[in-house]
This record gives sequence, C-alpha cells and structure tokens, in this order.
Amino acid sequence: MKFTWFHLMPYRFLPEDFKDKYRSVWVDIPQKLYDPRLGHRLYNDYLDQLEFADRMGFDGLGVNEHHQNAYGMMPSPNIMAASLARRTRNANLVVLGNSIALYNPPIRVAEEFAMLDVISGGRLIAGFPVGTSMDDNFCYGEVPATLREKYYEAHDLITKAWKETEIFAFNGKYTKLRYVNLWPKPIQKPHPPIWIPGGGSVETYDFCADHAYQYSFLSYFGYIAGKKVADGYWEVMAKKNKPLNPYSMGFAQVVAVSETDEQAEKDYSAHMDYFYNRCLHVYNGFADAPGYRTVKTIKAGILGQVGDQAALRREGLKWKDFIEQGYVIAGSPKTVRDRLTDALKSLRCGHLMMLMQLGSMPPELVRKSTELFAREVMPHMRSLWSEWEDKWSPKRLPEDEFQRPAPVDFELKVPRSTNGASRPAAQVSAEARSAK
Amino acid sequence: MNTTQTLANGKFSVEMQVYGSGEPLFFLHGAAGLSGFETFLEELGRDFKVYAPHFPGFGESTGNEHIDDVIDAALFYHELMDSLGIASANFVGHSMGGMFASEIAALDNSRVKKLVLVGPAGFWLDAHPIPDIFAAQLTELAPLLFDDPNSQLAQAFTAIPSDMKALEVMYIERVKRFATASKFLWPLPDRGLKKRAYRIKSPTLVLWGASDKLIPPAYAKEFTSRIAGAREQLIKDAGHMLPFEQQAAFCKAVRDFCKG
Repeated sequence: MKFTWFHLMPYRFLPEDFKDKYRSVWVDIPQKLYDPRLGHRLYNDYLDQLEFADRMGFDGLGVNEHHQNAYGMMPSPNIMAASLARRTRNANLVVLGNSIALYNPPIRVAEEFAMLDVISGGRLIAGFPVGTSMDDNFCYGEVPATLREKYYEAHDLITKAWKETEIFAFNGKYTKLRYVNLWPKPIQKPHPPIWIPGGGSVETYDFCADHAYQYSFLSYFGYIAGKKVADGYWEVMAKKNKPLNPYSMGFAQVVAVSETDEQAEKDYSAHMDYFYNRCLHVYNGFADAPGYRTVKTIKAGILGQVGDQAALRREGLKWKDFIEQGYVIAGSPKTVRDRLTDALKSLRCGHLMMLMQLGSMPPELVRKSTELFAREVMPHMRSLWSEWEDKWSPKRLPEDEFQRPAPVDFELKVPRSTNGASRPAAQVSAEARSAK
Repeated sequence: MNTTQTLANGKFSVEMQVYGSGEPLFFLHGAAGLSGFETFLEELGRDFKVYAPHFPGFGESTGNEHIDDVIDAALFYHELMDSLGIASANFVGHSMGGMFASEIAALDNSRVKKLVLVGPAGFWLDAHPIPDIFAAQLTELAPLLFDDPNSQLAQAFTAIPSDMKALEVMYIERVKRFATASKFLWPLPDRGLKKRAYRIKSPTLVLWGASDKLIPPAYAKEFTSRIAGAREQLIKDAGHMLPFEQQAAFCKAVRDFCKG
C-alpha cells in the first residue's frame, strides 16, 4: 500500500460570511479577499508541510493545478514540485497534474516534466488531467466542445516527444511543430509513470485501461460515495481483460488523526466545515460548461464535485455526518486504521492520495495529524496489496548517483553596502563569484 | 414541413423546416436552436419560400465534427444552397445565425440577395460586455432574453419541467446545442468578422430589439459602420428574442426590406 501526502494549498482566511456574500470560491472570487503577504506565509507553511511528509516516510508528495481558486493556490504546480525536488529526497513528486490542453504548445509540459524528473533524480509521477470546467473553460477560455479532442492530441504529442529518440514533425489539429526534439529528456524510460486524475468521466476509464495508466479518482465526497466510480473503473478493466491491480487505481480521501475520536472532532471539525462550506462554494453556472462533460457521462448519472447538486448533498452536514458518510476518515489511530483499511479494500485502491491539510487547518494540527498517521497508522497498512506489483511508481536513480543539494546556509558571506540602500542580491553573488 | 437534406457525400445530414412559396429566404437560428416557438416562419411563408435548417449539432442535423470555425460554417450553407439548387437567397440570421449570415455574404455576395441581421453576434466591445449566457442558470434566462420576462412566451420558453425525465432530456438537449454554439461564441463571440465585414456588399438591414440585454443595441453600430449602406432599425418592446416577442413588427420589417 502506498501513501501520497497531497496538498491543495487553500487560502485559509476567507471571511466568515463568505458563502452568503459571494457566489463562488472559483473563477470570479473577488481579488480583494487575497492578501499576498498572507499568501507568502501560506506557501512557505505548505511547502514545509510537504517537506515534513517526506521525512515522515510518505511515498509521494502531491500537488495539482487550479486557476482563480481560493482552495487551490497552485496555478502552476510545477513551481511547487521544483521547490520540493531540491528540498526532499525520499518521496516521489506526484504532480497531478498539468492540464495539458491548456499549454500552448503542450510540448511545454513534456519539457517541464522532463526537467522535474531530471532535477529530482527520477522521482516524478506525471499527471495529465483534463482539468475542471472552471479551470479550462471559464478561467482559460477553452472551447468546451473541443476540449477533450485537444487534450488527447496534447497527450499524443507529449508521450511521443518522451519516447522518440529522433526529431519528428507533429501535424496536429491544434499544434503544429516542425522540430520536436526534446532536450532535456526524462531520466525514467520511456517516461515517468502517467497518472490520470479523473472526476468520474466514463471516457477516462477507457483511456486509462487502454494505455495502462493509473486512474486517480480525485473526489471530496469520500470513499462511500466514491465506490460507484471505483466500481465503474474496475468494471471497464474487467471487461477489457486487464489485470485488476490495485496499484492501477488512486483515490483521494480526507484523513485526520488525533489522540482520540473525541479529540479529533475538537481538533478538526471547524476546519472541515471551512473546507466543505467555504472552499467548495462554487457558483453552479461554472460547475459544468455545456459540452465539458460528454452526453455519455451525463447519462451515466455521475454527479459533479461542485455546484448545486454537490452542495445539496452536503447541506446541513455536521461532523458526525461527515464521518458516517465517509467524507472524512478521522479519529484515533485505531479508528483511522480500521476505517481506512475497509475503505481501501472496498475501493480496491493501492495508491491513497491523502488530504491531510484541509480548509483552515493550521500548521501545528497538520503536523500532529501527519506524524500520528506516519507513526501509528501507516506502518500497520503497508502489507495491504503486497501480493501485487506496483507498476505505477517511479524508478529513481540508484543511491550512488543521486545528488544531494549543498547544505543551506543563508548567512551573507559578503557585507552589504553600508551607505543606505542594500544592493540587489544578484549583484552581491556576482561579485562573490568573480572574487573567487 | 420538415425535410432532411443530405450534403457533401453524407458528411452532413440537415433537418430543415420549409414553409410557403416565393423567393427563397433562409432563417438561421441562434444558439438556442429551433425550439418549436417559431410561428414567424409560417407567417414569412406567405411571401417567401422559407428554409429554416437546423445547424449541424442541433435538432437531428449531423456533421458538426466537420465544422471547426465560422468559415467552415459559412461554406456549409453554400453547400446547402447548392444541393437545393438555389443560387441566391434572402438571409435572415438571428444572434449566432446573424454571425453566420454575415460570413456567408462576406465569402460570396452573389449568394445573398438581401441580408437581415437580427441581434447578431460577431463582435465584442469592452464598453458593452455581453453577459455569459453559458454560465447563466435556467432561472436567469428569461430576464436576459426577453423584454418582458413575465410574459407567457418568456415563461413558456424558459420553463423548467418538474418531471425528472423531461428535465434530463431538456438538459441534454441544452448541452448539445450550447456545446455546438461554443465553437463560435466561447469565451467571447468574436471570430474575426471585423476583418471580413467590409466584404459584405449585399443590401443589409440590422434589426435590433430596443431592450436587448444579451447583445445590447450598441452593437448595431459595429455592423452599420462596417457594412456599406447597412441600415439600422430598432424595434421597441423587444429584447434579444425579438422575432418571437414582436412577431408582427419583425415579419413586416423583413418583408418590407426584402421586397423593397
């Protein structure tokens, strides 16, 4: 069993009356609610948390891409992954992922993922989401009717660029390139493992099954509601005679550990409320642009993650309901162990994406929950699915080739100018270099 | 009368409503499609042979995958005329249909005898932003589209079925139509008509609902200033759904202009 510590990087300081006063946390959320000085603190806190998870033995560190969104402050997850590549050593970098239809040309993704794979010594997992309707259609202006076609074309270009060893021309409908010649190329051959985050589009099951990609269901509804989608995936795998390897499936779940069940409620209840009632407050008109979901998916009756239907399901839910309905797995280490084992078995999931910082949760609680999980839950669950081989995790460089960053020492080694304004750091280091 | 026309060796199949007799007149619908409320088509049929095709992706018409942009769309209509043996016709284009009708003329004026643009899409003015119809909720549609959102017509047009099955059918139909329209209107309804409008030489009437809240009447100037000789006519007590809301005034304006 593998565990990825997954960060959404929410803005923790939305006002109390956010839901009543504003229509959406996403797309048209007022800019005046964002304070970059608090943002500075949050990014640094959040990177600390991911780095801590690396030390605590989690298998992966997860980041993802959202735009104009107060619960996901990573328009570019690659920037976060780049920072983590230098400051972590053990865990894989699970970039879940880049919404490849949005990059123009999409070869940019092949390049940046190659850079991340090389910097991190072959620790990258490459996620290719279609992206949400809010991100793709409303924030980035992609035409709903052609989004999926563009996505598939971008996928073909990126994977071909990774695999080909010679220059080739690419004559797509959306991208035309005379010289595709990836430089640098990823360490992992033929390319990093590809995970496809999905929200329940039926086409995604087929796409994963046909390419032997890992399917990651990123849900905020928890494992009980998520079972319908997981079953749909396994049904497609069975129908196509593919191995039912649990590692080919990832699932996102909110998990929070405390000393006791009672203490967990005290610790986390308010923060869950912040997440479900402020962070997921999305205007229904943005939830699902016409044409974003195919008619086939709509007919399959798979509910969206956000919007009125989703809000209706959460209406009036309290801590006890969140726990009972499986939105949240929380409690003492024993409670979490038991429920999580049931959940993973019921979903047949080998890669758990753990949402351990949620909503307004402050750093000290995140640390406590993470540490308790790592010490008292994770070790007991490692043997689950041990009869299966995990073919969707990176193959990193051997230890003797693995580079370590120089120890960090932020002290200035040359004095700053004493007559007033300090000189730009670049100038200082340039002088320091030429002095050598 | 409902007919089906097959074009371009089966690339397109076109469901079309045909009325009356006389000079040919094409009515090109907007993003909402032909929804059964178009009683003005029959009225126009007293003076014209009216052709109202469903654009591929609407109704039973197919072949949308062969149309990527407005030029493809305009050429599709040229092909439709060829298959009907019509060299030149009057065109009445409403909203998105006005955008198509403009492009049809810009590509080849000989196909368009007279051009009537009714609250047409095709331009974007920062000073007059067009509301996001794609994000609008069903309950928000009537005030956006009609001069009188409480009228029987507006209510019927935007009614939400209480029966779940009917609601699903309606929802899927709306998704199909708007998804198709998104190729030409998303995220802003400007696909370069401003570069080509100078090519329109057909006599042109720009009709606008005086209280159009979707595409404000300010856009009429964009058309009249770019199309030589184009004339603007505002119809009062009408919103974006002008042909539906003021059927008599609409039909009279079309008749007077095309017959005149």
